[in-house]
Amino acid sequence: MSGRKIGDVILDLQNISLRFGGVKALTNISFDVREHEVRAIIGPNGAGKSSMLNVINGVYHPQEGRINFHGEERRRMESHMAARQGIARTFQNIALFKGMTVLDNIMTGRLTKMKANFLEQAIRFGRAGREELAHRRKVEEVIDFLEIQHIRKTPVGRLPYGLQKRVELARALAAEPTMLLLDEPMAGMNVEEKQDMCRFILDVNDQFGTTIVLIEHDMGVVMDISDRVVVLDYGKKIGDGTPDVVRNNPEVIAAYLGVAH
Amino acid sequence: MPAMASSRATDTFPRLLFYHAQVRGEKTAMREKDLGIWQAWTWREVAEHVRALACGLAEMGFQRGDNLAIIGDNRPRLYMMMAAVQCLGGVPVPLYQDAVAHEMLFVLQDAGIRFALVEDQEQVDKLLEIKDQLPALAHLVYDDPRGMRHYNQPFLHDIAELMAMGRIHNQNHPGLLDAEVARGGADDIGVMLYTSGTTGKPKGVCLTHNAFISAARGGVEFDRLTADEDILSYLPMAWVGDHLFSFAQAMVTGFTINCPESGETVMNDLREIGPTYYFAPPRVFENLLTQVMIRMEDASALKQAIFHFFMRVARRSGADILDGKSVPLTQRLLYLLGNVFVYGPLKNVLGLSRVRVAYTAGAAIGPDLFRFYRSIGINLKQLYGQTETCAYVCLQPDGQIKFDSVGKPAPGVEVKIADNGEILVKGPMLLKGYYKRPDATAESINADGYFMTGDAGFFDDDGHLKIIDRAKDVGKLAGGAMYAPNYIENKLKFFQYVKEAVVFGANREMVCAFINIDLGAVGNWAERRGIAYSGYADLAARQEVYQLIQECVEQVNTELVAEGMLADSQIHRFLILHKELDPDDGELTRTRKVRRGFVAEKYAVLIDALYAGRTTQYIVIQVKFEDGRSGKVAADLQIRDAKHFPLLGQTV
Repeated sequence: MSGRKIGDVILDLQNISLRFGGVKALTNISFDVREHEVRAIIGPNGAGKSSMLNVINGVYHPQEGRINFHGEERRRMESHMAARQGIARTFQNIALFKGMTVLDNIMTGRLTKMKANFLEQAIRFGRAGREELAHRRKVEEVIDFLEIQHIRKTPVGRLPYGLQKRVELARALAAEPTMLLLDEPMAGMNVEEKQDMCRFILDVNDQFGTTIVLIEHDMGVVMDISDRVVVLDYGKKIGDGTPDVVRNNPEVIAAYLGVAH
Repeated sequence: MPAMASSRATDTFPRLLFYHAQVRGEKTAMREKDLGIWQAWTWREVAEHVRALACGLAEMGFQRGDNLAIIGDNRPRLYMMMAAVQCLGGVPVPLYQDAVAHEMLFVLQDAGIRFALVEDQEQVDKLLEIKDQLPALAHLVYDDPRGMRHYNQPFLHDIAELMAMGRIHNQNHPGLLDAEVARGGADDIGVMLYTSGTTGKPKGVCLTHNAFISAARGGVEFDRLTADEDILSYLPMAWVGDHLFSFAQAMVTGFTINCPESGETVMNDLREIGPTYYFAPPRVFENLLTQVMIRMEDASALKQAIFHFFMRVARRSGADILDGKSVPLTQRLLYLLGNVFVYGPLKNVLGLSRVRVAYTAGAAIGPDLFRFYRSIGINLKQLYGQTETCAYVCLQPDGQIKFDSVGKPAPGVEVKIADNGEILVKGPMLLKGYYKRPDATAESINADGYFMTGDAGFFDDDGHLKIIDRAKDVGKLAGGAMYAPNYIENKLKFFQYVKEAVVFGANREMVCAFINIDLGAVGNWAERRGIAYSGYADLAARQEVYQLIQECVEQVNTELVAEGMLADSQIHRFLILHKELDPDDGELTRTRKVRRGFVAEKYAVLIDALYAGRTTQYIVIQVKFEDGRSGKVAADLQIRDAKHFPLLGQTV
């Protein structure tokens, strides 16, 4: 990786605690994310990784703790605010509109950039028509970038899982995010698909300077492409640092492999 | 449109280009689907871009007589670069874009390449891999800048940079380019195409402007092509056929070439463009038909009934109607109805609605397949030619289409059969020679100026040429009977279930065969019968599939025995390979012709088992995976006997 300089902290999470009734999903988690870096969140199943991501982009609201994004401090993030401030995400179980084509799905990612209102768009009045052209061009650039031209008119429900994940990524990219949250982008993929997905993620980070926060189980991928890693276990942070530091952390090893009895 | 006189004004490709820029400057010359829409360039714009490219090359020190390598998918700027190189009196040398770095190494070294234009990062990476073995390579230009941000080698240039440089150079040296274009002669080498070489090293075939222009004009006049044609340019630029259709014929008539968005979108782009003039190798036509048939099997009972009824009508009279022969009125009316319900919509789905002339070549096409397309009104014809003849030797005339021959000698071409059965060809479209191989050139052109094609054939009673096989492959069985492997393999490949076949029998007592099944067709067949399979190797080992293939082999045997002199070539034993033969493993050439010698060596243990009468054989072979890694694949293959038939009046 070259030509990319990791900048200052843009996201700072302090003492985040999240509870669902009696279940403590996250307990006193603090870490930061620097601009232009690839930050991985790893941990065994049920560690609270997806919950962490949901807190970052405002889907869940923590009971305690503070989120500092781009210098602005807040008790909680609202999800539409997160989107407008340049945070885009993908979901573990794919949240695309299965009946719509790939093209239309990616278009929905442009929502935050659309100025014409609902009525204007419905009848393609005035600026809505011109905007549509500009948005379509941007969407086509994303399609070109992720090499999915051959399926642009295919309804998403008909695509194989690996391609659906790519379309989800495309939709997130269409929003031109400054920070991209990826929830297990490689789940269920074979070696070739994983290589392709890695390549795209690295290209996004390199070409557009997008900060990437990703949850991933494949240790090979994590160690290869991340700049820094946070390790969660049972809702607590047990490791934080570069891949090498984390790899040798005995607590992390114990969490994954178990303790000697 | 009147035939263009061969005047000095239009006897080289650069001069043709500037002629079109003048005479039809606003007409679309090239299209490319990019960012979801068809972007177009007019002849005037193409001429301007070519000028900019040529001047850019001149600025970088390109000399008259230099060779420039072109590597990539079909892209307008790559075609433009071919013309730009020709403007300066240089020679474009296109390479197969799916070749790996060390395959390209030989050609790049042999042609002394100093300049290269490649499509994208993938091709750049391949050349960088072998750069230290290419001391002559001084300038590497790329068309698509994607992924190139961190490459900072001084000899790498973005094509936009080259063109900007060229425009400045043109301003500073007005008239220079026109002077260079005027210096070019019709007898100069216009392009160099390397033969894929089933044996031995590839050779650079040098073809002059005059050769390709004659071949192009001949075909254009034969089929009455005009400047209003639209063709889809999707076949490799290194292949002689693409150079004939997408470059030579486009330059000669001024028709439009259309480049698809990517390899995967070709079929979709075909539908969008609706070409009027179309070429595809037989396997593409076969794939199209297989897909149609598979989808028909999923249709409702009513639709299937309608389809089969009208296909019977088409089989009866479709080809005759296309040939202009007399057909009873009721048949014609039924056919008209069929056009509305079946043939029209079918052609539309395939993207072939506007096709006036379609050609196929490169391998034999199954008679049923051929008949199918002609019967629904697609004027599919065969042509015959080689790299050394600008792909222009025989063409099938309209109205005289025979399924088992390749037509009559094309206008301006003389064809004769040597005493040993080899096809000899003479005409203006012949190669000037093989690059730096006077020995090979002398071997291939005889004292009377005839090129020796290396194919064996004969003329039938109507003066149509029939190809038997590659002359050197035609051999004898141990008993002295004639043995033509290609001929037998083609018969096997006519079945949709057989993708590839290799037969053995030279100097042996009997003929045996390797078969590759077609995954699509056989997979579909298996699914309909509820046969589960976990992949290609698993499917290829199934008893039911072996039975299916056995029936195909036995059918071929009945055809062979009916042909008298080939009765002894019936296939006695066969096996189904667990992996497809692949160019990446060196078993096929890049144009998918079998490398007989290589395959015989690699699979020697199987050949021995076939002739030793074994019923199974274990084999381990080296393969190359798509990401470049090598591995071994092992399997236990079943070997079966096939029924063979005695000639009438003889016992086996």
